[in-house]
Amino acid sequence: MRRAILARLAMGEVTVLELAEPFEMTQPAISQHLKVLEDAGLIVSRIDGTKRPRRLAKDGIEAMDQWLGMLRQAMEKNYDRLDDVLTGMERKKKRGQKR
Amino acid sequence: MSKLTITTEGHRYIVVRRRFAAPPEALYRAHTDPELIQQWLLGPEGWTMPVCINEARPGGKIRYEWAHETRGSFYLTGEFLELEPPSRIVHIERMHLPDPTPDNRVETRFEPDGTGTLMTMRMTLPDEKTRAAMLATNMERGMEVSYARLEGMI
Repeated sequence: MRRAILARLAMGEVTVLELAEPFEMTQPAISQHLKVLEDAGLIVSRIDGTKRPRRLAKDGIEAMDQWLGMLRQAMEKNYDRLDDVLTGMERKKKRGQKR
Repeated sequence: MSKLTITTEGHRYIVVRRRFAAPPEALYRAHTDPELIQQWLLGPEGWTMPVCINEARPGGKIRYEWAHETRGSFYLTGEFLELEPPSRIVHIERMHLPDPTPDNRVETRFEPDGTGTLMTMRMTLPDEKTRAAMLATNMERGMEVSYARLEGMI
């Protein structure tokens, strides 16, 4: 659902009303999804009279990619190290069995 | 190709998967025995974990402190919620940067996969503010610190 909203936003700025119609959802339901996306830093809103049109936050999406990239590198390093620890544990176990 | 996969589930969760050659029992031990954790949960070269408290029982505490000769130190605290050896661990954790980050609930599963194990870790995606703080730290003090800090999230 949120992916569909992001896809729609990729085409340009929209209001809650404009989103609610094609997705056949109530305005509060759409607003809830938009809040999650906004908290994640993926979309931004502006005030236009009584409306609050939303658009994609390009910076937010790039920052997310960058952050996920850092997470991946950090985890790869740790788990490569864990492979060695596990090998060491197995060796120790075998040695213990021989005794 | 990398053995590690990271996918986002909606905009609230991250799922990490990786295969290991060892059985689930060994993975479970490596995640709950402080002496073993101190050997691998270290982030980049040069970091050590002088303090490792891991009370692997429901309600038990977690405290990891990392230190680097020139880059200082930081720590993580947490609590265990559920433990089902050797297949599942659920815990809550937060990093102290030094302000605490929002609580992150982490569910780690170890499933037999041939002669090895498939690890699946599901955790809360940090909010934008927390991610921004990590990236900002990264720019100020170099990648290494952030890598190590991110490690704390696991």
